[in-house]
Amino acid sequence: MAAHGYDAVSDAPPAEIGEMELPHAHTWVGKYVWSQDAKVIAIQYGITATAIGLVALVLSILIRLQLGFPGAFSLIDPSSYLQHVSMHGMIMVVYLLTALFLGGFGNYLIPLMCGARDMAFPFLNMLSYWIYLLAVLILVASFFVDGGASGAGWTLYPPQAITEGTPGSGLGIVLMLVSLIVFIIGFTMGGLNYIVTVLQLRCRGMTLMRLPLTVWGIFMATVLALLAFPALLVASIMMIFDHLLGTSFFMPTMLTISEQRGHEGGSPLLFQHLFWFFGHPEVYIVALPAFGIVSDLIAVHARRAIFGYRMMVWALVAIGGLSFVVWAHHMYVSGMKPSFGFFFATTTLVIAVPTAIKVYNWILTLWKGNIRLTVPMLFALGFLFTFLNGGLSGLFLGNATVDVPLSDTYFVVGHFHMVMAVAPILVIFGAIYHWFPKMTGRMYNGPLAQVHFWVTFLGTYAIYYPMHFIGLAGVPRRYYAYGETAFVDESVMTLNAGITIAALVVALVQVLFLFNLVWSAFRGKPAGSNPWKATTLEWQTPETPPGHGNWGDELPVVYRWAYDYAVPDAREDYVPQTVPADSGPATVRDEKPLS
Amino acid sequence: MMTVTLIAIVALMATFLTWIVRQTINVQPWEATSTPDDGRGRLPSFLTTPRVGLIVVMAAITSLFALIISAYNGRMMIGSDWVSVDIPAILWGNTLVLVLSSMFLHLAWRASADGDRGAARVRLLLGGASALLFIAGQAVAWMQLRRSGLPLAVNPASAFFVLVTALHVLHLLGGLVAWVRAYARLEGASEPRRAEAGIGLCTIYWHFLLGIWLILFGLLLIT
Repeated sequence: MAAHGYDAVSDAPPAEIGEMELPHAHTWVGKYVWSQDAKVIAIQYGITATAIGLVALVLSILIRLQLGFPGAFSLIDPSSYLQHVSMHGMIMVVYLLTALFLGGFGNYLIPLMCGARDMAFPFLNMLSYWIYLLAVLILVASFFVDGGASGAGWTLYPPQAITEGTPGSGLGIVLMLVSLIVFIIGFTMGGLNYIVTVLQLRCRGMTLMRLPLTVWGIFMATVLALLAFPALLVASIMMIFDHLLGTSFFMPTMLTISEQRGHEGGSPLLFQHLFWFFGHPEVYIVALPAFGIVSDLIAVHARRAIFGYRMMVWALVAIGGLSFVVWAHHMYVSGMKPSFGFFFATTTLVIAVPTAIKVYNWILTLWKGNIRLTVPMLFALGFLFTFLNGGLSGLFLGNATVDVPLSDTYFVVGHFHMVMAVAPILVIFGAIYHWFPKMTGRMYNGPLAQVHFWVTFLGTYAIYYPMHFIGLAGVPRRYYAYGETAFVDESVMTLNAGITIAALVVALVQVLFLFNLVWSAFRGKPAGSNPWKATTLEWQTPETPPGHGNWGDELPVVYRWAYDYAVPDAREDYVPQTVPADSGPATVRDEKPLS
Repeated sequence: MMTVTLIAIVALMATFLTWIVRQTINVQPWEATSTPDDGRGRLPSFLTTPRVGLIVVMAAITSLFALIISAYNGRMMIGSDWVSVDIPAILWGNTLVLVLSSMFLHLAWRASADGDRGAARVRLLLGGASALLFIAGQAVAWMQLRRSGLPLAVNPASAFFVLVTALHVLHLLGGLVAWVRAYARLEGASEPRRAEAGIGLCTIYWHFLLGIWLILFGLLLIT
C-alpha cells in the first residue's frame, strides 16, 4: 500500500469487484499517443484545452485592445471584432471549460478517487479524446476559410448567423456547427465512461456516500451534459439544413430591397429554446465540477471535514435537476407571456437555495479550521468571493423586470464572466496546483504560484467589476465602437482603457503560470506521495505519479469517508480512506507541511 | 414548445434522482467501519457494466428524440406554411420489417444463451439483414417523398420527415457496427454463450430503437 502518513491495515480479502483487463501498451506511441490510460488521456485533454484556450485568450486581448483604444489597431475591423467575440465565447465555454473539467479532471480523478484501475471503456475513452481533437481542429480551420470564422456571437442566433452580411456566414458557421456536432459525439463517449465508472467500478467499501465531492460534481455535470448536449446537436443539425439545403426550421421570411429571400416561415425563437435548453445546463456542467473540487480543496487545506456532506451531495443533485427548468431566463427580451416570465424567474431564484447551501457549508467548513494558505487554498478562497459576487448580480438578471433594461449591456458581461468564467477558472488553477504533485511527483514553485494567484485574482476584479457600472450606464455589449454616442460618458472610455490594461497584465501572468508548470514538472522539488496529507484514494497510490492500472497488484479497500481531518484521538490530523476503524493509533511519518 | 422534452427529461431525471436519494438517505457517511461496507449503492447484478453503459447511451438518445419531437411540434404550431406529408405506404412495411428485426435478434439472444450456435447465427444474420432492409426501405420512402411531395426547402413537414427518419437510421447504422462485432464474436467464440452478452446488448438497443420508431411513426401519422 502507499507510502503515506499512515500504515494502512487491510484485513479484508482482495477486492470482490471484477478485475479489468488493461490494454498495456509497449511502445512510446501506444503509451503516450494512442493511450487508453485515463491519466494520459486526461493530460492530452488538458494540453489541447489549454492550447485552444490560449487562442481564446489572445482573441479576448484583441477585443479589449479595440474597446480600450478604439481604432488604434488596424488589424481589428468591425467584422474581425465580431468574429473574435464569437470564437472567444464558444471556445472558452465548450472547448476549454467543459473539456478541461470533464475530459481533463474527470479522466484523471474519477478512476483514482473511486479506487478503479481505469475507466470502464478505455478504448471509447481514447476515441473520445481524438474526436475532441478533431472538433478543435475543425473549429480552428474556420479561421482560415473564405470569409473567416463565424461572427454571430457564441449563441449563434439565426437568422443572423447564416445570413449574408454576417461575418463568417458562409463556410465559417458550417465548420463551427460541424465542430460542435463532432464535439458532442466525442463527449458522449467520454461521458458514458465517467458515469459507468462511478456507478460500477468503485472499489470495495467505496459507497456512494464515501465518494469525494469532486467525483459527485463531475458525475452530476456529466449527467446534465448527456441530457443537455443533444439540444445543441439538434439545433446544429437543423441550422446546417437551413443553411445548406434551404429548409426553414429557424429562418423566417426576410426581404432584401422588397425581394423575398429563399426562406419562409421559420422560427428563430425555436432555435433560442433549443440553444438555451443546452446553454443553461452548460453553466452547471462547468459549475458543478468546480463546486465539487473546491469542496475538497477547502477540506484538505483547512484540515476540516466538509460541513454538511449529505447536504452538499443533495444540493449538487438539486441544482442539476433544477438547471433544466430555468433556460428561458436567457430569453426574457425575446418576448414571452408574463406568466412564463414569472415561472422562469421563480425557478431561477429557487436554484439559489441549494447554491446558497453550498456557499454556507464552505464557509462553515472554514470556520475554526486550521486554514493553511497554500496556493490551492488561495484559489479556493478566491473562488468563494468571486462566485458569491457573480451569483449576487445574477439575482438581478434572473428577475424578468430587472433583466429587461440590463439585457445586452456590460452588466451581463460582468456577471457571467465573474460567475462562470473567472470562478471556475480559479478552481481549475487551484486544482492544477493541488494535484500537480500527484501528476508529476514534483512540487510547483511556490513564489511564482503566489504571484500568479494575486495578479489573476485582483486583476480579474479590475477587469470585471467596472463592467457592472459600465452596464448600469447602459453601454451595450458586442459593439465594435461607440463613436459620438451621447449617453456613453467619457468616463466609460477611461474605464475601458483601464480594463484593457488589467486584462493585458492578467493575460501575461498566465505565461508565468505555464512556465511554472513546465519548469516544475522537470526541476521542481520532489513532492512525495501525499504532500498535502490528504485522505482521498489518489494520494494513497503505490507509485507517484500513478502507473497504468493505478494500484499495483491489489485494488484498495475503503473503510471511511473522504473527510476524516482533525479526528479526535488520532495521532495525525487526517486518516486516509484506506484505514479501518479499529486500526488503532497510526504511524506518523515525518513530512514537512508544504506551502 | 418544449413540453415533450420537459416530460422526457423530468421522467429520466426523476428515475435517476429517486435512485440517488434512496442510496444516500439514512446514511451516516462520517462513520468509519472495520470491514468494507459496500453493499449500498451497488446496482443489481443483472446490470452489467456494458448494460449500464448502454442505458446511459439510450438516455442521451431519448433526450435527443424528445428534443426533435419538441422542435417538430413547435415548428408545426408556429408556421402557416406547414403542409402535412402524405406518408409513403412503404413505411408500414418498413415498420413490420423493423419489428421482425427486433424479434430475430431477441431469438438469437435466446439461442446464444442456450448454447445453440447454429440457430443463433441464422437468427442474428436475419436480424441484421432485416435492419438493412428497413434502412433501404426508408431510402425508398425518401425518394417517393421527393417525387410526389413538396421539396424540403418549401415544406417544413417534408424537411422534418427527412430529418427525424434520417436521425433514426443513423442510430440504427451505429447499432449495426455493434451487430458486426457481436457476429464476429459469435463466430470466433469457442462457446456460443460467450457471445451472449454482445447479442443481448444489440437486442436491447434494437428494441429501444423500435420503440423510438413507433413513436416517430405515430407522430408522422397523426400530423
